[in-house]
Amino acid sequence: MVDPAYLIGAGASVGAVLRYATGQYVGGVAGKRSFPYATFTVNVVGSFVLASLTFLGAGEDLLLLAGTGACGSYTTFSSFSVDTVRLWEAGDRTLAAWYALANLLGALFGIGAAALLTGAW
Amino acid sequence: MSRIPTHLRTAEIVFLIAIGGFVGANLRHVLSFLIPGLGGTFAANVLGCFALGFLVYEAELVGVVARETSYVAGTGFLSSFTTYSTFALETVQSAPLVGLGYVAASYAVGFTAVLIGRSVARRLAEGI
Repeated sequence: MVDPAYLIGAGASVGAVLRYATGQYVGGVAGKRSFPYATFTVNVVGSFVLASLTFLGAGEDLLLLAGTGACGSYTTFSSFSVDTVRLWEAGDRTLAAWYALANLLGALFGIGAAALLTGAW
Repeated sequence: MSRIPTHLRTAEIVFLIAIGGFVGANLRHVLSFLIPGLGGTFAANVLGCFALGFLVYEAELVGVVARETSYVAGTGFLSSFTTYSTFALETVQSAPLVGLGYVAASYAVGFTAVLIGRSVARRLAEGI
């Protein structure tokens, strides 16, 4: 029996570093565009993975490690909110609104896809 | 600027982010026990928005916090303390009206928290 704090922490360390790596990669691919693709990507992918784990009925330990830890840390609400406020204050108000909506739609789409693929829906 | 080899620098950044992430996710988990249901994620997300708002604008306006600290506190701790995946999954698992209210409240209060963090950083900048 592993202490939940170690499971969550180990998963989170990997998730946080993967988020950083995704940001470096996506930032390189889409660096000159004003839409914050990096945060959008992690939020959609992380939602898909968390939903898949949940729908597949992952056990408690795996959910703590990969769900609460890795997916919870891979995705981020704080960077998303700061991105949105920065777009808004830069005058890109339509883009800010679209970005806020796109994160939600993307995450819901990811969860829907997970439901379909796992047969939960 | 620095004479540290690139791969060592990368290893340092990875290490700093991993440490911050370890603590951030555990603290979010603790909050989910203190505030059951949607409130735990909501509280973590809003608190994290305030703190990251402060950190980002502090870096821009004041710049006292070292880059290494922002890797631990911002990229590691706060981004892991807050979560979008759990937020989205909880929304789907809630009753439609509750889910809608949860999204609206998280967005509205989260963005406001960033603005409050920004204004705290601005006050700090004016004081220097």
